[in-house]
Amino acid sequence: MVKQLNVQEMILTLQRFWGSKGCLLMEAYDNEKGAGTMSPYTFLRAIGPEPWNAAYVEPSRRPADGRYGENPNRLFQHHQFQVVMKPSPKNIQEYYLDSLRELGIEPLEHDIRFVEDNWENPSMGCAGVGWEVWLDGMEVSQFTYFQQVGGLTVDPVTSEITYGVERLASYIQNVNSVFDLQWGDGVLYGDIFKEPEYEHSKYAFEESDQAMLLNFFNDYEKEALRLIKLGLVHPAYDYVLKCSHTFNLLDARGAVSVTERAGYLSRIRNLAHKIAQAFVGEREKLGFPLLQHAQEQAEKDGEDK
Amino acid sequence: MTATYLLEIGLEEMPAHVVRPSVMQLLDKTAAFFKEQNLTYDEIKPFATPRRLAIMVTGLADRQPDQVEEAKGPAKRIALDADGHFTKAALGFARGQGVQPEDITFKDFKGEPYVFVEKKTVGQPTAEILPELKKIVMGLTFPTRMKWGTNHFEYIRPIHWIVSLLDDQIIPMQILDVQAGRTTQGHRFLGHEIEIATAQDYEADLAKVFVIADMAKRQAVIEEQIHDLAVKHDWRVDLDPDLLEEVVNLVEYPTAFAGHFDPKYLAVPEPVLITSMKDNQRYFYVRDQAGKLAPNFIGVRNGNHEYLDNVIAGNEKVLVARLDDAKFFFEEDQKLSIHDYVEKLKKVTFHDKIGTMYEKMQRVSVIAAGLGHVFGLSENELSDLNRASHIYKFDIVTGMVGEFPELQGVMGEIYAKIFGENAVVAQAVREHYMPTSAEGDLPASKVGATLAIADKIDTILAFFAVGMIPNGSNDPYALRRQSYGIVRILLANHWHLSLAELQAEIASSLKKNDLTFKIDWQKNPAEVQRFFGDRMRQLFGEKHLRHDFIDAVANSNDLDPTTIDEVASTLNTHREDQDFKPTIEALTRVIRLANKIDSKPDQIKIDPSLFENPSEKALYDAVTELQADFKQQTVEQNYQQMRDLRPIIESYFEENMIMADDEKIRRNRLNQLLILQRLIKVFGDLQELIVK
Repeated sequence: MVKQLNVQEMILTLQRFWGSKGCLLMEAYDNEKGAGTMSPYTFLRAIGPEPWNAAYVEPSRRPADGRYGENPNRLFQHHQFQVVMKPSPKNIQEYYLDSLRELGIEPLEHDIRFVEDNWENPSMGCAGVGWEVWLDGMEVSQFTYFQQVGGLTVDPVTSEITYGVERLASYIQNVNSVFDLQWGDGVLYGDIFKEPEYEHSKYAFEESDQAMLLNFFNDYEKEALRLIKLGLVHPAYDYVLKCSHTFNLLDARGAVSVTERAGYLSRIRNLAHKIAQAFVGEREKLGFPLLQHAQEQAEKDGEDK
Repeated sequence: MTATYLLEIGLEEMPAHVVRPSVMQLLDKTAAFFKEQNLTYDEIKPFATPRRLAIMVTGLADRQPDQVEEAKGPAKRIALDADGHFTKAALGFARGQGVQPEDITFKDFKGEPYVFVEKKTVGQPTAEILPELKKIVMGLTFPTRMKWGTNHFEYIRPIHWIVSLLDDQIIPMQILDVQAGRTTQGHRFLGHEIEIATAQDYEADLAKVFVIADMAKRQAVIEEQIHDLAVKHDWRVDLDPDLLEEVVNLVEYPTAFAGHFDPKYLAVPEPVLITSMKDNQRYFYVRDQAGKLAPNFIGVRNGNHEYLDNVIAGNEKVLVARLDDAKFFFEEDQKLSIHDYVEKLKKVTFHDKIGTMYEKMQRVSVIAAGLGHVFGLSENELSDLNRASHIYKFDIVTGMVGEFPELQGVMGEIYAKIFGENAVVAQAVREHYMPTSAEGDLPASKVGATLAIADKIDTILAFFAVGMIPNGSNDPYALRRQSYGIVRILLANHWHLSLAELQAEIASSLKKNDLTFKIDWQKNPAEVQRFFGDRMRQLFGEKHLRHDFIDAVANSNDLDPTTIDEVASTLNTHREDQDFKPTIEALTRVIRLANKIDSKPDQIKIDPSLFENPSEKALYDAVTELQADFKQQTVEQNYQQMRDLRPIIESYFEENMIMADDEKIRRNRLNQLLILQRLIKVFGDLQELIVK
């Protein structure tokens, strides 16, 4: 490895790269969520006919994966670098491999494989076909062609690339523990995240107030349903995200039995499905503006030639 | 003239397990198409990698042969008028066939002359037929399909290029926006785009750009590389065929490499190490010459030897992270006790409608105890069975099984021993899952076998009780496999168990022990019976028993698989005997007459004082003796004794009018037949037998 990028340089590199491929550089969405897919910049925008290209870093909270900051690779909150392109470009795999080259990972010096991994997020009614990308045997990215989002069949198809920021950075910086990563020069990942990891794990596994969380879940669900009825899609979706995170907290606490689990997941899925439908309706009322922009742009490009 | 045709479909990386079946499908469908088109060829050879499916057809005829078909028209007397000119009918026929009237000939057909014409179809050039292969390419079926971009067409993965060459000529074909040509892609990183001049060059051209297109050659390369590494390091390698097949289809240009890990991880149980290496990372694990697992592995890279050290270091790091996790779970799991895990099972649901794992274990304990007595287990075995049945699911809530679900049972045995359970109990914990496939291994221990049966019976009865009965291909909980497993275990152990009465017995003992959990365990008895009966049919079908024998024995009274199996083989042994036919006929006659009455078992009493003929006494004595011996005797002995009954039965029917006018006598005689019928029916419904 020639240049050892620190984490922020790595992120900047990916942003610059994908920005040059036409992706909008979005910011992380300010709501707790388990994966970059759940950001409205992916979940909602993958629905409907409008084109959408975006890239962003998403802090992803998975309470059950917390290890009190003691496990070198498992985290309560990790970071995903998320890229979505719709419709999926023909050369999306080449783009991805080029992005690795930008990060200093020259494929000829490694073993890079696309290994089948069909992705599913049943609670959000999402399913896709694709791969996990192996770098010398380590899964560093998830590569998916969405087939279904919010219970709706997609058309056109969105391609999603999710880089595991910590995994990739551990590889680039050649460290055995994520806590030893240089985030910026001289400041370690552990300096920033070790204590929060401990506290959030402690909270999620030992201290969370189950009764309160259960009430939250029910209230969030009620509010989401009310807002869907009012046609307020985006606020409603915020409450779905809150439901999902609250469920994850309850689950980590062991407060959800396997039976109940299926029930909660189906309640979230129901909300996600309703919102997916409402979102398409809302965009249609607006005349699918991004589709129009794209068509106008294409015509203009045609005239220029 | 013959030619070589090459068809290659270039794709994004397919799942490894799809590669071979897909290319074979392409090959088979192409062969069928050529046959239908009358196109001859020498051979179709498959080539496939994760990124391509290809076939090469050698010795392909350059055109279809011309075909001559004869068509028959009207009879001569209709075809010619009085003057010997063709009639309208004949002319119309010729026109319809596209020939001139002068082409008409007359030939005899069933003794009368008819109009015949010869129709020639000129064979099409192969080059004009080949584009139709597009339908086959587009129509390939795959286990999963996807769409991409803006199109609606679904395929295994996006299509990127198509090569379609008849010798050096491009045979046009277009799928979506991909136009067939001569351009293919080499290895993703080592290679580059190339043009194939002529179809025969395909394999050699690809080899130059680091693609070994022939699966068998790729496999041979991998095997040789692994062999060399093994020799070099003095290892023994078990080339697992499934893993090998997967690895072959994960790479286009393989290079095997050896890696190692810290021997401290060898403290982790071997099955965990093997799962981590083999299933998670697709490595071959290795052993030293003494057979001990070595702290090393062999991986296969999709690339060459350049920078191999990088690749090895990366793979070692990944494996160590996994083993570190495994070691962590192994140590953490030992901090709790079996009791703690069993308590946790109170929160684990077996199925929404059925209840928790803990409740299941409680029921299985009762069922297993009952079975243990039926199977004649020793006091020690019964005590081990009792212990095992109270804990046997505990490992599913351990961290290790959470991480490696495929190790359920295996970890159970390991942990059970660590927690101080005796070896029999520990083994039963592992064995209760067996058999895990239709023909999979069976539990080796009696305690394990009994627990396996009890667990499966509970599952089957529970799902039937809540109405979730398998139908058609819909059997999500694999109840068929489980019931087939029960039958196989019973037979292997020569254990007798009446599946007919089992449900009622279990229902009552669950009730007695207050373990019904609000489920009606008596529900759907007819379906349960039929379900087990069908498994017997499946078993004897596998054994290629004659259908009438299967029908007869599968309808036996008490559905005891072991007896049924013995009956089937006994009847089969005797089916060529001289006296087989009269014996079966006599016994069948008894069954048929006895079927006419319905008496409750407690009403059946024979009163010898009502006998009118000596033959009645003779049958009475013989049947009483048979009844007394029946349970202790082997099926063969019972058959012989029944065979010996034949003359007695025959003279009974000769001398006695069964449907006597006197009601008491009639009832007495019918009851006699009924008792005998019950014994015969243990042999099955002999009426089904076809006797020559």
